[in-house]
Amino acid sequence: MRKDEFNPELHNRLVTAESTQHSALSTQHSYWRSLDELADTPEFREWLHREFPRGAAVWEESQSVSRRQFLKLMGASMMLAGLSACNFGPPNEKIVPYVRQPEDLVLGKPLYYTSAFSLSGYATGLLVESHTGRPIKVEGNPDHPSSLGATDAFAQASVLSLYDPDRSQTVVHNQSRSDWDSFVREFRAALDPIRGRQGAGLRILAETVNSPTLAEQLQTVLTQMPSAKWHQYEPINRDNVRAGATLAFGQDVETVYHLDKADVILALDADFLSCGGGTLRYAREFATRRDPQNMNRLYAAEPTLTLTGAKADHRFMVRASEIESFARTVARVLSVDVGGVQNFALTKRMNGLIRDLQAHRGSSLVMAGDYQPPVVHALAHAMNDALGNVGSTLEYREPIHASAVDQMQSLRDLVADIDANKVELLIILGGNPAYSAPADLGFADRLSKVANRVHLSLYSDETSAVCNWHVNAAHYLEAWSDARGHDGTTTILQPLIAPLYGGKSAHELLALITSAAEQSAHDIVRAFWQKKNGPSSGSTTLSTGFDAFWRKALNDGVIANSSARPKSVTLNRDVFKQAQTQTPVSNPPSLEIVFRPDPTLYDGQFANNAWLQELPKPLTKITWDNVALIAPALAQRMNLDNNDVVELKYQNRTVRAPVWLMPGQADNTVVVQLGYGRTRAGKVGDERGYNAYLIRNSNAPWFDVGVEMRKVGDDYALATTQRHQTIEGRNVMRAGTLKEFRANQNFVREMDEHHGGEIIYPEYKYDGYKWGMAINMSACVGCNACVVACQAENNIPVVGKSEVLRDRKMHWLRVDAYYKGTPDEPEAHFQPVPCMHCETAPCEVVCPVAATTHSSEGLNEMTYNRCIGTRYCSNNCPYKVRRFNFFQYTDYETPVLKLLNNPDVTVRSRGVMEKCTYCVQRINRARITAEREGRRIREGEVVTACQAACPTEAIIFGDLNDANSRVVKLKASPLNYAMLAELNTRPRTTYLAELRNLNPEIKDE
Amino acid sequence: MPQIFHRSTNTFSRVSIFGAVFIAASLLGVAGLIVRSPYLTNVGVPISQPVPFSHQHHVRDDGIDCRYCHTSVETSSFAGIPSTQICMNCHSQIWTNAPLLQPVRDSWATGKPLEWNRVNDLPDFVYFNHSAHVTKGIGCVSCHGRIDQMQLTAKAESLQMEWCVNCHMKPEDFVRPKEFVFSMDWQPTESQATLGPRLVQVYQIQSKISCSTCHR
Repeated sequence: MRKDEFNPELHNRLVTAESTQHSALSTQHSYWRSLDELADTPEFREWLHREFPRGAAVWEESQSVSRRQFLKLMGASMMLAGLSACNFGPPNEKIVPYVRQPEDLVLGKPLYYTSAFSLSGYATGLLVESHTGRPIKVEGNPDHPSSLGATDAFAQASVLSLYDPDRSQTVVHNQSRSDWDSFVREFRAALDPIRGRQGAGLRILAETVNSPTLAEQLQTVLTQMPSAKWHQYEPINRDNVRAGATLAFGQDVETVYHLDKADVILALDADFLSCGGGTLRYAREFATRRDPQNMNRLYAAEPTLTLTGAKADHRFMVRASEIESFARTVARVLSVDVGGVQNFALTKRMNGLIRDLQAHRGSSLVMAGDYQPPVVHALAHAMNDALGNVGSTLEYREPIHASAVDQMQSLRDLVADIDANKVELLIILGGNPAYSAPADLGFADRLSKVANRVHLSLYSDETSAVCNWHVNAAHYLEAWSDARGHDGTTTILQPLIAPLYGGKSAHELLALITSAAEQSAHDIVRAFWQKKNGPSSGSTTLSTGFDAFWRKALNDGVIANSSARPKSVTLNRDVFKQAQTQTPVSNPPSLEIVFRPDPTLYDGQFANNAWLQELPKPLTKITWDNVALIAPALAQRMNLDNNDVVELKYQNRTVRAPVWLMPGQADNTVVVQLGYGRTRAGKVGDERGYNAYLIRNSNAPWFDVGVEMRKVGDDYALATTQRHQTIEGRNVMRAGTLKEFRANQNFVREMDEHHGGEIIYPEYKYDGYKWGMAINMSACVGCNACVVACQAENNIPVVGKSEVLRDRKMHWLRVDAYYKGTPDEPEAHFQPVPCMHCETAPCEVVCPVAATTHSSEGLNEMTYNRCIGTRYCSNNCPYKVRRFNFFQYTDYETPVLKLLNNPDVTVRSRGVMEKCTYCVQRINRARITAEREGRRIREGEVVTACQAACPTEAIIFGDLNDANSRVVKLKASPLNYAMLAELNTRPRTTYLAELRNLNPEIKDE
Repeated sequence: MPQIFHRSTNTFSRVSIFGAVFIAASLLGVAGLIVRSPYLTNVGVPISQPVPFSHQHHVRDDGIDCRYCHTSVETSSFAGIPSTQICMNCHSQIWTNAPLLQPVRDSWATGKPLEWNRVNDLPDFVYFNHSAHVTKGIGCVSCHGRIDQMQLTAKAESLQMEWCVNCHMKPEDFVRPKEFVFSMDWQPTESQATLGPRLVQVYQIQSKISCSTCHR
């Protein structure tokens, strides 16, 4: 380290951090949420001690407000406020009944339809809630094997995309407005000569196709025109998985895991808890085994902290390029013939892992991540084979994607064909390749060489800009289609609403090629399934005919017995001798770049979704931006700190990014996230963050060495919520080990602080319902689905980056990330924090207008129409769960966004406090139904939005007066504790402390 | 130096101090009266409609049940405003040429819905549920008045929170046997003071007064 690079302040911070760690503080004080907090910097202290930090900044900014002007403004507002009170009588409103009311529709009651949400070729079954024809909320379909009733944040946010006013609303021809009929005419005219040449010159570029109907349509095109070609490209794909299976078995297979049967799991850079096919199901299966009675053990080897790494009992910090060596080393001890020389040191920790795997033959599992090269996947297959896991903790099935190819190669072929002038008509079905193709292919520039370029997409995006035809696509909630889940189970997608802007689906576009007459997507999908069920629509597969099949499929949301058939494969044991691809580790190791999908924007397709933009990233809690993640040690060496801008130079391409110090990241690794830096995403997504695709290379899409990082000297403001609401050393987060728990069942309770003192309020007996919630932190994986579900259910507005910088986010439910240990090897925990609904709530007694009160069932209620915005309640809330509308955050102007609002929840205006209500609208709905039927509300009848979305059932809500309810059983656990119970607030929301199952061989507790 | 104020000023100030309190109180009283008056609540004031629909004719003269048109009153929060189709069930057979019904026939022919003006309108932050009330023995007439005597429909009650809470505090004064919920002229055969509390018990009426009962 050069002397002038030394940053004394940062050094101080890290040294303090370490000494804090080694000091004799009790365990309850050792959790931290940010490196600033760990080091206790003066800046952090200032932040901490201001209730609404920099609340007056609005005035400071405008500078010009003098005392005189302030008085003028106040006078004027008083007068105008008086005027606004002068409307006499109720407003004149209309009632517009139907002309012919649909049969099933009861006004005031929602209807639910099945559908499915697809991401990178894997579908999750959904139930979509529709109010008078407006889909406003999605829930998981409990009958769908990939969902089991849960959803992820992307699916929850998809309803906002449906109503996005920036969606493309028309067909565009050469950047000017056109229409579908003109497109059809000109498209056919362009196609006719190509048809005459057997399709030579026709290319179709699609994303991963998981729709059986679309796959058949594409096949039909190729049959009709044998010289045409179908290319596939998606920036986040399963190329490595496919190639790994081909390497190991000589053919592609779909691996389906059964995590509930696995006692010991090794994840090789496999983030199965946050993305990929079946992630919701895997998270559920994983969580069922975090029960102290029968607990599994998870090992993770990864270059940067992921959700899976955060849940791991033992985490190995391994650079992305060394995962292969790591896997080979483990595999060799498990008697897989890996050949070659190993240069990965077999540590004591690794020996512990290997012995654990060996001790659990048939009940262990090795998983390889999508970002790792094929050989790691093949090694995982070989290890599972050696451990006898095939058939118990995992099984192989027929591939679910039609004609799966190496997508990167497919895109390269297309580029080569364009260069060779072989492409005359290119149809791009969805995706945004001009933005998301690796930079070295120069795809966007080459596109203009094609004579006719057609792009079908939801937004008029970067690719549409370089195409001469843009066709506005129908959203998945507007169109008929079908899609397959992680195990191949097929769902028929039905539209919930007619296309808002007359969008078309890929089925309808392809039908222009395959048939002379235009066909509706409904007819195409139905015809496909009719054909599949037999030639006559009479009694074939089902005794009652095709109509019954169709109706049942739509009703259930899954087609019975449609999952992929099991496949038996034989492992090619000689493969690893040849496939020695591991890169030698340079000494000293050079800087390595790792590409990852953004945790909330994914590959960039959700860039214009404000819910996902403002959703704090699970681990950094950054909103509205992507960053370059680096390890604290590297930051110290390079004299970098959070928010510093660096220039990343890789393969002669550069990009500038703000850095963020990530605890638990491998040294000499910089992680960049894809999905930001969009230029034509829309009002929300444009010009946010930096575009990591600009330095992505087709031959190393996930990681590579040889990146140079240089400090630019600028500072970039990042809006992170991680420093909001800090803990001041209180033991709000509690965790322990299984061994501790077995030794002393009450160790969690013993952490309670006792301040003594009795409650001054009279006791109240809750003899009707008594609502409460238990949050099991052993199950919570920090995926954020609950946060978006809450936002969708409760009409919660977004506030924008500048407001988040002022601590003004509106999420009623936040997921706090806690770290423990050193910045290099932290242990991470997640804690979802909704309103605690304290029985003796401190917020209620300070409200001067009784806008927040207590219900007879124990809800801490917020009555918006009474609230005058004093914010005393928020000031007095020890949990900081109240949110204030400092400005008019809700969009009252854009007509299409009004359709999105949940009619059962008041839309809040400026100057009003709001907070979690325990989804009181759902309680009331269930209560009224129960009252009408003359019974009590049944267990499971009230499911809060967060609980419904949670993939791991970490959030359980119910009646505390019902001895058989799940919430009562959870609260009876010795792990159950109340946050800040010493304040005598008696919170109704309580937590179950997280347990980790440490390997005694690795760590002596 | 002479006195600045004459002795009579004392009387003057006494009167004005007393007067100020009195005037302020009476102003408040007047404001309270205005707020509760039909001038602001529209109680009893018929609202003009595209078709001068007469509840009196349909309910009293024809004897049509409330639920024939207000179809979801027993199952949903919203009682339901009849679709054009429901009007045309009868009016495709009778009064087929009546000029007053021209807007209904137009709606049926063009598929463009009728636009009625709201008579009973709650603020958007209030969530009222019809089914919860009618299935627990609160009659239509309790809130909507003698709709069978209204040639033009008007609001019968103020729908102010004070009025809602009055009943929620004392449901026994208003509850009736479930079979007479839709009856316009039902009178208790025994004293409401004995019938009411009994029905409240039998129907297990909770009539909650927590804020979130109506505001969420």
